[in-house]
Amino acid sequence: MMIEAASTPALSVRDLEVTYDQFRALKGVSLDIAPRESFGLVGESGSGKSTLLRAVAGLAPVSGGAITIDGKQLGRRRDKAFYRRVQMVFQDPYGSLHPRHTVDRLLREPLDIHGVGDGESRINRALDEVGLGSGFRFRYPHQLSGGQRQRVAIARALIVEPSILLLDEPTSALDASVQAEVLNLLEQIRRDRALTFVMVSHDLAVVTHMCDRLMVMQDGAEVEQLTSAELAERRITKDYTINLLRASEGFTRRQSA
Amino acid sequence: MSVMGNTTPPPMAEGKLSRREWLLSDRPASRTQAKLGRAYVSWRRFAENRLALIGLIIILALVLVAIFADLLAPYSPTIGDLANARLLAPAWDHWLGTDDQGRDILSRLIYGSRLTLYVVVLVAVIAAPIGLLVGTVSGYAGGWVDAVLMRITDIFLAFPKLVLALALVAALGPGIENAVIAIAITSWPPYARIARAETMQVRNSDYISAVRLMGASPIRIVLRHIMPLCMSSLIVRVTLDMAGIILTAAGLGFLGLGAQPPLPEWGAMIASGRRFILDQWWVAAAPGVAILLVSLGFNLLGDGLRDALDPRSAGQ
Repeated sequence: MMIEAASTPALSVRDLEVTYDQFRALKGVSLDIAPRESFGLVGESGSGKSTLLRAVAGLAPVSGGAITIDGKQLGRRRDKAFYRRVQMVFQDPYGSLHPRHTVDRLLREPLDIHGVGDGESRINRALDEVGLGSGFRFRYPHQLSGGQRQRVAIARALIVEPSILLLDEPTSALDASVQAEVLNLLEQIRRDRALTFVMVSHDLAVVTHMCDRLMVMQDGAEVEQLTSAELAERRITKDYTINLLRASEGFTRRQSA
Repeated sequence: MSVMGNTTPPPMAEGKLSRREWLLSDRPASRTQAKLGRAYVSWRRFAENRLALIGLIIILALVLVAIFADLLAPYSPTIGDLANARLLAPAWDHWLGTDDQGRDILSRLIYGSRLTLYVVVLVAVIAAPIGLLVGTVSGYAGGWVDAVLMRITDIFLAFPKLVLALALVAALGPGIENAVIAIAITSWPPYARIARAETMQVRNSDYISAVRLMGASPIRIVLRHIMPLCMSSLIVRVTLDMAGIILTAAGLGFLGLGAQPPLPEWGAMIASGRRFILDQWWVAAAPGVAILLVSLGFNLLGDGLRDALDPRSAGQ
């Protein structure tokens, strides 16, 4: 089982095309992500990195190519088994929680959908795992801060025990101190649960910190794939990546001054 | 006094919380407390509005009068004293006078409140769910489902309300049940439009995407996640429409196509008082004022509910 899992990628994307009306948002992107790997997608706004993530989740109109999870190709319609295996955390914690549902109801919904019993203890455990006590259980989203909301969103994604977690800029809507907390939480969870991460970010520092490998995207296509080590040692060939790196360094220098 | 939850978690003084503090608690301990707290906040926002409270009082009074009509009405609503009490002016014996059949108008108004409530509640119960269902399904499904459902809605919207109701009553026969059906059939399209517009706003939001990613079926998403969001604007709209429903029912009654005599329906009462409107004005004026008051009550209530329930003004 372990040997087989190591050989087949957890998530494999081949020549994926996404077209919104006439606009080609993804132009034939391919990548392979090994089980337990943490993979980053970086690029400027509109480079198609979020679209790639949403296409994998079944939220974007795929017009060509193939997506394979653990060796099994996905059809046009995702089945329930897929949603237990793959979950996603959205960028904006203010928009990803139903405004009229308590935390309890938000976490119970996936359990109800998948017919998982033992809800009480699972919900309490999920809240504990993301560092929110059971005191938060019956609150509404408007009674929570941004960081707390994002923790709830993470708890909701984890409660069905997926093996692949898609993260769409999970910290970009949070302020710097909360960002670090949430990133550490995600890192912790990945280690505890042996998860595969696919993380979208425009922040190269976050990606180098969190990810083993990354893909730089521009204009709906791949620029290059790198390991974090290569990025850290500046072993980059493409101009675009160099510019991106320079831009992010300029940003951090100004911030620290 | 400010024992709100934004103090640090552990040293929360358990126990002695006033009821108000319990309701407004930042960290409710149970599902019921969370729900009640939310309801309480809405109620406080509603109660700040004086006019809305007046509306609520008018409607509550209408409901109480309808329930206790047997106890409140001094005379029979249908059997009058033809020999001695025809068309008496308002006086101590008959507070609002009597009509041409010698019936006490106050008693007729009191019993008529039952018919008014009957019409209003039945129309709301029939029309609002149809509109909600058509609107949310159409908004969420999109594509040809949306096109078909919305064209049907357009067809219903294209008819003038009273004329379509007239045609239906003419086909089904006069009577208060048929009037209710006619009004219900003509009043759901606006609700469908509202529900569709609300649905289109939220269908692509992240929290609906998140539920889709949970593997929820479209039926579940519409019923459990989208419909509750449309409810508040729908409730407001239905309440505001209640006045119109009462007026349409009264109009049908006035034309002799709604409630049939001797039922004390307010519109029919105005119609029968029309003949004496110059000499015995109170026969038509009393039910007219009653319709005016109740319509006003529903409108004030609706305005108050809009301020209290509107999700946009309530923040996320």
